[in-house]
Amino acid sequence: MSGEHGELPVAARVRRLEERLIAAGLATDEELDDILERVFTSASPVNGARMVARAWGEPGYRDRLLADGNAAAAELGFGAGTQGYLLKAVENTPAVHNMIVCTLCSCYPTALLGPSPSWYKSFAYRSRAVREPRAVLAEFGLELPDSTEVRVWDANSETRYLVLPLRAEGSDAMDENELASLVTRNGLIGTAIR
Amino acid sequence: MTRFAAGARVRALAADPDGHTRLPRYARGHLGEVVEVRATWQLPDAAVHGVFRAEPVYAVRFSAAELWGSGSHSVVLDLWESYLEEAP
Repeated sequence: MSGEHGELPVAARVRRLEERLIAAGLATDEELDDILERVFTSASPVNGARMVARAWGEPGYRDRLLADGNAAAAELGFGAGTQGYLLKAVENTPAVHNMIVCTLCSCYPTALLGPSPSWYKSFAYRSRAVREPRAVLAEFGLELPDSTEVRVWDANSETRYLVLPLRAEGSDAMDENELASLVTRNGLIGTAIR
Repeated sequence: MTRFAAGARVRALAADPDGHTRLPRYARGHLGEVVEVRATWQLPDAAVHGVFRAEPVYAVRFSAAELWGSGSHSVVLDLWESYLEEAP
């Protein structure tokens, strides 16, 4: 938790929960600090972008990613951060646009997308994404043709999603690093084209 | 052995349980189609009370028209087997 959040009620609640875990012998303060440190230093949308860039450049990887997201994440060294849940990659096509939400809380693959943005956790996004996704996407500046089917994936702690965006036109000559630089966190959530 | 296969038409139960559930209100009572059998996972409604009961979980697709009466999108949601009944 950063310093400026120290006085929030949620900070006190988190601290009490940590104290209970430590008192029960389930974790130590050092272990909890290590986990937080690991999450906040290694979890990044750069990781999800690398998976997307690989899938764009290598059809075999794209197939493996769509068939088994966890194995495809592990292949690029992100196995440790994606344990404990089923990772499903959903592929955008000219006909289908995918979008992720977690209506019950705010689940998403943090290791690959980085800490979730506050809007992803907001009641407004969580309730409106399933009700009127096109209106929400328009507010993100993403206007899709009427002919594009919008598929909303409601995640939970067991199943988490990553959107595989459409490859940019004119990117044929790009190498994997250049391709990865085209991909944003919102593209991985489906609230941007890539 | 799972009760439903991919392609099966199912209805989410309309009941409003007393305690914790992963069946969101917006899907209750609505018709959907099983997209995929996900896995067998602990039922959260029971696990929250310390009772462990593993059940098959299904990815179920609902059309916006079915959920909201309008819209052209679809919503895919994971549902535990005991949240679902067979639909014609």
